[in-house]
Amino acid sequence: MNQLNNFTKGFIRENPVFILFLGLCPALGVTTTAINGIGMGFATTFVLIMSNIVISLIKNFIPANVRIPSFIVVIASFVTIVELTMAAFMPSLFDSLGLFIPLIVVNCLVLGRAEAFASKNNLITAVIDGLSMGLGFTLALGLLGGVRELFGDGSILGWKFIQGDGMLIFILSPGAFLALGYLIMLSNKVKK
Amino acid sequence: MAKKESTLGNMLFALFVITFCASLALSMVYSLTKAPIAAAMMARTNNAIMEVIPDFDNVPSEEAYQVSIGGGDTLIFYPGRKDGELVGTAIESFTRNGFSGLIKVMVGVMPDGTIHDVMTISHAETPGLGDKIEKRKSDWTTDWFSGRDPRDFNLAIRQDGGEVDAITASTITSRAFSEAVMRAWDAYMNYKESN
Repeated sequence: MNQLNNFTKGFIRENPVFILFLGLCPALGVTTTAINGIGMGFATTFVLIMSNIVISLIKNFIPANVRIPSFIVVIASFVTIVELTMAAFMPSLFDSLGLFIPLIVVNCLVLGRAEAFASKNNLITAVIDGLSMGLGFTLALGLLGGVRELFGDGSILGWKFIQGDGMLIFILSPGAFLALGYLIMLSNKVKK
Repeated sequence: MAKKESTLGNMLFALFVITFCASLALSMVYSLTKAPIAAAMMARTNNAIMEVIPDFDNVPSEEAYQVSIGGGDTLIFYPGRKDGELVGTAIESFTRNGFSGLIKVMVGVMPDGTIHDVMTISHAETPGLGDKIEKRKSDWTTDWFSGRDPRDFNLAIRQDGGEVDAITASTITSRAFSEAVMRAWDAYMNYKESN
């Protein structure tokens, strides 16, 4: 597989949320605003890249029977590093995302890429895969957050252009499923 | 996939090495971020104190004292003084009855018992609905709590027989918020009477 192909696959062709349906729990949970979605996306991207690097490097030293616990320890460590760093240096972002950061550990996207990709490929390929999947995830969460914020609150990236409330259902959980459904439909259309 | 044979020895060894490295890395990050995290918490508290009481020239966090309110709970009182004169007391109060659990608020009470201002310190309410108790999201707290005196304005929400309009679609959050404010105010009045 050439590297350019490897890099672009995460955006549409193998988009983690719209096509692979991985990591839907944070995708539905945090995306009440575009900023939250993008912040969560970048945090996940960082964890993905770092865990892909480490797992790709140590893949030959891990006995097959304990690979999953090993991967989880690596991923959980990076998630904790992100959590502490964010609490220390970006307190306002941490206020809105704090609750969801620990959930990155159980995000099947991260473990899925570690198991299915990083543990079978060399360092460079694994890094590009992490970057591609991470940015695709960020794109998906940003879009989902943007749509929900637009209809639910009448604002774009925090800039409010209608007074009062929007369609509250988009802010609540059912709206997340609705918006996700329509975005999946659109991305399938684009993919063809 | 790693073709490596799994034996008890190498599995134990691999897991030991990985967890050891992970703990080492985490303890390093922890010691690096400990001070900034404490500073961020402190800044948040100080910010809230400045928001809810009038200008002061002392350092309220240095004069803070705890007041027991029964049930094993205590509230922290931060007295603000100007030229040695008490101008208001910021009270860190809380409720566990939020829609998603704990809500922490800072309530500024003037020496005469009126509420100067209130501010949410932390909460986990639904984004877009219950988070209107944050000042930067909505004026709800300012509209209904700032400058009120609970002795002639019932700070409970209308559904509970009070005078406050609850936030649309967030009745539970609104009820909890007013409960947290009243807890601080009651504690302040009790404390004032007994001293």
